[in-house]
Amino acid sequence: MSTATTHDEHHDHGAPSGLMRWITTTNHKDIGTLYLWFAFIMLLIGGAMAMVIRAELFQPGLQVVDPHFFNTMTTMHGLIMVFGAIMPGMVGLANWQIPLMIGAPDMALPRMNNWSFWILPFAGTMLLSTLFMEGGGPAFGWTFYAPLSTTFAPASTDFFIFAVHMLGFSSIMGSINIIATVLNMRAPGMTLMKMPLFVWTWFITAFLLIAVMPVLAGAVTMMLTDRNFGTSFFSAAGGGDPVLFQHVFWFFGHPEVYIMILPAFGVISEIIPTFARKKLFGYSSMVYATASIAFLSFIVYAHHMFTTGMPVAGELYFMYATIMIAVPTAVKVFNWTATMWKGSMTFETPMLWAIAFVFLFTIGGFTGLMMGIAPADMQYHDTYFIVAHFHYVLVTGALFAMIGAFYYWMPKWSGHMVSERLGKIHFWWSVISVNVLFFPQHFIGLAGMPRRIPDYSLQFADWNMVSSLGGFAFGLAQVFFLFIIIKTIRGGKAATSQVWEGAHGLEWTVPSPAPYHTFETAPEVR
Amino acid sequence: MFAKTLRRTLGVFLGALILLGAGNSFAGFSDTLNLREGVTAISNKVHDLHMLIFWICVIACLLVFAVLIYSIFTHRKSKGAVPADFHESTTVEIIWTTIPFLVLVAMAVPATTTLLAIEDTRDSDMSIQITGYQWKWKYDYLDEDISFFSTLATPREQIEGTAEKGEHYLLEVDNPIVVPINKKIRFLITSNDVIHSWWVPDLGWKQDAVPGFINDAWTELSEPGLYRGKCAELCGKDHGFMPIVLVAKTEEDYAAWVAEQKGAAAAAADAATQTLAMDELMSKGEAAYNTNCAACHQANGAGIPGVFPALAGSAIATGEVGAHIDIVVHGKAGTAMQAFGEQLGAVDLAAIITYERNAFGNNTGDMVQPADVVAAK
Amino acid sequence: MSSSNGGYYLPAPSHWPIVGSLGMFLLLFGFASYLHGSTSLIMIAGAAIIIVMLFGWFGTVINESLAGKYNNQVDVSFRMGMAWFIFSEVMFFAAFFGALFYARMYSVPWLGGASNNVMTNELLWPTFEAIWPTNGPAAVGGEYHPMGAWGIPAINTLILLSSGVTVTWAHWGLKKDDRTQLILGLMATVALGFLFLGLQAYEYHHAYTEMNLKLSTGMYGTTFFMLTGFHGLHVTLGATMLFVILIRSMKGHFTEEHHFAFEAVAWYWHFVDVVWLGLFVFVYWLV
Ligand code: HEA
Ligand code: HEA
Ligand code: HEC
Ligand code: CUA
Ligand SMILES: [Cu+2]
Repeated sequence: MSTATTHDEHHDHGAPSGLMRWITTTNHKDIGTLYLWFAFIMLLIGGAMAMVIRAELFQPGLQVVDPHFFNTMTTMHGLIMVFGAIMPGMVGLANWQIPLMIGAPDMALPRMNNWSFWILPFAGTMLLSTLFMEGGGPAFGWTFYAPLSTTFAPASTDFFIFAVHMLGFSSIMGSINIIATVLNMRAPGMTLMKMPLFVWTWFITAFLLIAVMPVLAGAVTMMLTDRNFGTSFFSAAGGGDPVLFQHVFWFFGHPEVYIMILPAFGVISEIIPTFARKKLFGYSSMVYATASIAFLSFIVYAHHMFTTGMPVAGELYFMYATIMIAVPTAVKVFNWTATMWKGSMTFETPMLWAIAFVFLFTIGGFTGLMMGIAPADMQYHDTYFIVAHFHYVLVTGALFAMIGAFYYWMPKWSGHMVSERLGKIHFWWSVISVNVLFFPQHFIGLAGMPRRIPDYSLQFADWNMVSSLGGFAFGLAQVFFLFIIIKTIRGGKAATSQVWEGAHGLEWTVPSPAPYHTFETAPEVR
Repeated sequence: MFAKTLRRTLGVFLGALILLGAGNSFAGFSDTLNLREGVTAISNKVHDLHMLIFWICVIACLLVFAVLIYSIFTHRKSKGAVPADFHESTTVEIIWTTIPFLVLVAMAVPATTTLLAIEDTRDSDMSIQITGYQWKWKYDYLDEDISFFSTLATPREQIEGTAEKGEHYLLEVDNPIVVPINKKIRFLITSNDVIHSWWVPDLGWKQDAVPGFINDAWTELSEPGLYRGKCAELCGKDHGFMPIVLVAKTEEDYAAWVAEQKGAAAAAADAATQTLAMDELMSKGEAAYNTNCAACHQANGAGIPGVFPALAGSAIATGEVGAHIDIVVHGKAGTAMQAFGEQLGAVDLAAIITYERNAFGNNTGDMVQPADVVAAK
Repeated sequence: MSSSNGGYYLPAPSHWPIVGSLGMFLLLFGFASYLHGSTSLIMIAGAAIIIVMLFGWFGTVINESLAGKYNNQVDVSFRMGMAWFIFSEVMFFAAFFGALFYARMYSVPWLGGASNNVMTNELLWPTFEAIWPTNGPAAVGGEYHPMGAWGIPAINTLILLSSGVTVTWAHWGLKKDDRTQLILGLMATVALGFLFLGLQAYEYHHAYTEMNLKLSTGMYGTTFFMLTGFHGLHVTLGATMLFVILIRSMKGHFTEEHHFAFEAVAWYWHFVDVVWLGLFVFVYWLV
């Protein structure tokens, strides 16, 4: 396919430097870096909000913030982590790695790629600006159920709506770019079934994104008109239904959680074979499993709505469909296990994060399965059991995979090896504190503590304190991570091209750090 | 290096677990680890189902972990392991797709029967309509003509930390819902404003209260007792302060309670004809304002700008009395301001309105009497 | 590096994206402020910036294209981009069609007591009968007349269908390098597009002034105006893009083989057409 590339004539006069380089860049590596920094800053901001949540929940009673602001923190924490930290972080990985892994000179549509990124800071600003508006920021949960988010929400909600529109626009353009890159920019010989799994998972994720982000845009548009122009989508008086909002939202929302985890699966499927020095056990079944998960994700969404009063036939259907997702996910977990089995493993930092991922994601997956059982979910729903579930899949799942990816590919990006000693400290510090943080939430959830409350009755006091302490420790660990990142950028042992002994793939054939332009002449893949 | 660290951490973890287990028997952690068994046939079924799926998941999880841990400890380069070269096996893939599938079927069967039982609201003996309000519950006994609101009874001071927290902190209400035992009770659940969710864990389910729609649910208790629960759907600022207390009584006690309620309603109607003095109105008004209105308009009448209007200096609270009575009695449709005419007695309303017109620096000097409110209703 | 070696064209750094982001931010931020009583100037400034950006960005693309910098592989990337963009638009409409079907198949019947909602009707909306169209149990917006299918909507269907034919005819002309056919075809298509919009504007006017059918007429008015309104916006966009293509054709742009811009707009136009058919059937006809 791709043979050689041409650059615009301006290029010969030298690319812009300084700030303008970053603002106007069309280079996938620059854009990847921008995405990754944006995601990390958002992680710190969203994390700081989580610290406020945990500080308020440290003890029963109202100490730190008032209930309205607490709800704002919960809402903004969820939104910023999902749309600001995890998704852009994964897109950053895609930008850096996909062209390198398929032997392409760049993304298919480089100028649009820049736009996808540069919408984000504006959208983020719009979202965060709501915190300073009269009536406070959005305080209706990241799921913004109507009518709490329509008739009963503060004025800032309209700014929130437009921020979501912008985020969606950015995601759609980003995914179009990824699909076009994967389909159109592969080096000769790089057939679809030879693509690294990270590329596969992102390819499938991109389809999910294009299919569901517009639906989210539809949902917030309906909110906008219900709030300002007298429509009745979510009002029974006019023949609509508040629960309609939940249908539209979760049609987006459930695939959204797989959007966050599929690229993580891809990362893990790269790291484990490298450090087990053994081929991935079942490459094609991994591809099919990813595709099945993506397909199933469209038809299970109402498992978030078991208590809304759906007719019982609907509940049964959604219960059966939901638990079916365990089957392709099982294929994934078993494949990673089988890849490690009889391998020749070493435990560099990336591998540690990957192994922790497999263990802890599995725990989170199993609690998900329990919640898929509708009659049991009648008890679990909207308790801390859910909070524990999704932090196990999101924090020790998606976020751990991203951190693992950082340790794995950072030598390629920066040309410097990350200190193994610091990396291991970061790992053990995080993995212990994150369990102290989220494991007790299973207990208090089962014992009956609802989520999204600033204050709780006394029987939950002890575990909440434990959880908060774990939370502060985990937060500090990520500040330490910031230190590691900066230290590695500024120096460190020089990395070789291959970096890791067991690494295979095109990205390991180019020097470290990867030159500004790679694969201008396409590599030959056998 | 790695193995040592791992062993050490495992040690610490196990130690902590044992400590927790031991602590369990006497410390505050007891009773806060697992789902409650509850007190109805349904809640027991749900609990059994929960334990079943819990153990299936634990066992499956441990099996995977066992393989992983074994592999991590034996198949490592430092022990001289050489990588094997097996991959792609359709047989294996089929096996590990089929087994989880069968496990899922095993879970789905009891789940289906339990779900069908939960949703079967036919042949009930009595119906109670439950309506969620920001942030209280209203109970209408459809067969008895009894209707009342139920609000948080925990004093503000306990929440703000200026008083010792009571045993049932945040789980106590002024008027609990009372039901008879041995009757199949159907709950008709709806809401007046946003979505709430009515949840008493001991009954084994929760059900959302959706404005404009009625969701039904049922229960049948066999023992008298008092059960506590909470609103379980984010419903705005005071979502965390919207508890539920359910009291189950024997049939005789229940009948006595019903009679007492009807007597109280008649007494309230009587009281509406009395005339009160200013200081009486103000002191009654302050108390009633703080329980019913301060959640939104704040104890000092300042409101929350942009969300809940201030009453201090407000055009309505300092303007013409009729408009003030009207908005309090009838509320304002499509906003959080509810129609308090149906929630509070005429005496309380008169007192609240008088209070609002004379507190927070609103020195109108106006007095509103119960009769004025009755006239506006 | 020259552009003649058949390589994949990588554009130079560009300031248009950041201009676009800024324009979008100002437009939306300004709109939200405007909804809450602020000035409309920010919004207008944002829109102006976006228009400048569109001219600048597309201008750059057109120049690059005319300079022959885009090889076939680049062309394929563009095609995929447009195709998947249209797919995302399909999903946007799907959300609103979903709301329509949900109202017609679930929420309205439930309010009328269907399925597990017998008590909903009995206790909350005892006088409500579930028939479509409806403005809901509270008769939001008051008495109204539903919009019939066989007047303007049927004519509009014919108009859009013929415009699909004319744009294809123009494409045939382009492919055999018959400029007259190309330009005539495009002119007809643009004219039909604007005719459609004119008739729809008339229909809206009629609905508002004589039928008391408004955006706020319960679920019927809501779905009617949101679906037809978003469709109308897309027709406006499509017709404007067709107009640009018309001007470019008159300037002699495009070759028999290379005319992706034309095709992209034609695809878009067909998409708008298909959405209309869905609207005609489910919004106007099957009531
Ligand atoms: C990355 C994100 C992510 C992922 C991957 C998942 C994965 C799953 N989730 Fe989760 N979920 C969330 C993020 C995620 N979830 C979030 C954010 C929420 C809350 C939203 C909100 O309300 O705010 C939520 C809420 C949520 C609910 C709603 C609960 C409620 O509100 O009442 C449910 C209910 O069914 C559910 C189910 C599942 C299931 C069945 C899976 C499955 O995919 C899991 C499959 C994995 C396994 C089962 C483990 C591995 C398998 C094996 C080792 C094989 C052995 C298997 C068998 C023997 C069967 N999730
Ligand atoms: C997507 C990923 C994601 C991630 C990574 C996290 C990370 C964390 N989450 Fe979050 N969480 C969600 C997604 C996520 N969460 C979602 C979707 C919800 C639901 C929201 C809703 O109900 O609507 C939620 C809700 C949620 C709740 C429930 C709130 C409630 O129901 O009221 C809690 C409570 O403990 C919590 C805690 C935490 C903690 C302690 C972390 C920690 O991992 C955070 C670690 C901390 C840091 C990384 C920051 C470190 C920085 C500092 C310590 C200082 C730096 C200071 C400055 C920059 C000024 N989260
Ligand atoms: C759940 C929140 C809530 C509670 C509780 C509440 N209000 Fe309100 N109130 C509002 C809102 C919101 C408005 C603004 C309505 C509007 O948009 O005009 C309002 C408006 C008012 C106004 C008109 C103020 C003005 O200047 O516009 C008065 C008077 C008032 N409330 C009195 C009361 C009284 C008396 C009580 C208690 C018996 C009470 N409110 C309880 C939310 C509440
Ligand atoms: Cu009512 Cu939460
Ligand atoms: Cu889900």
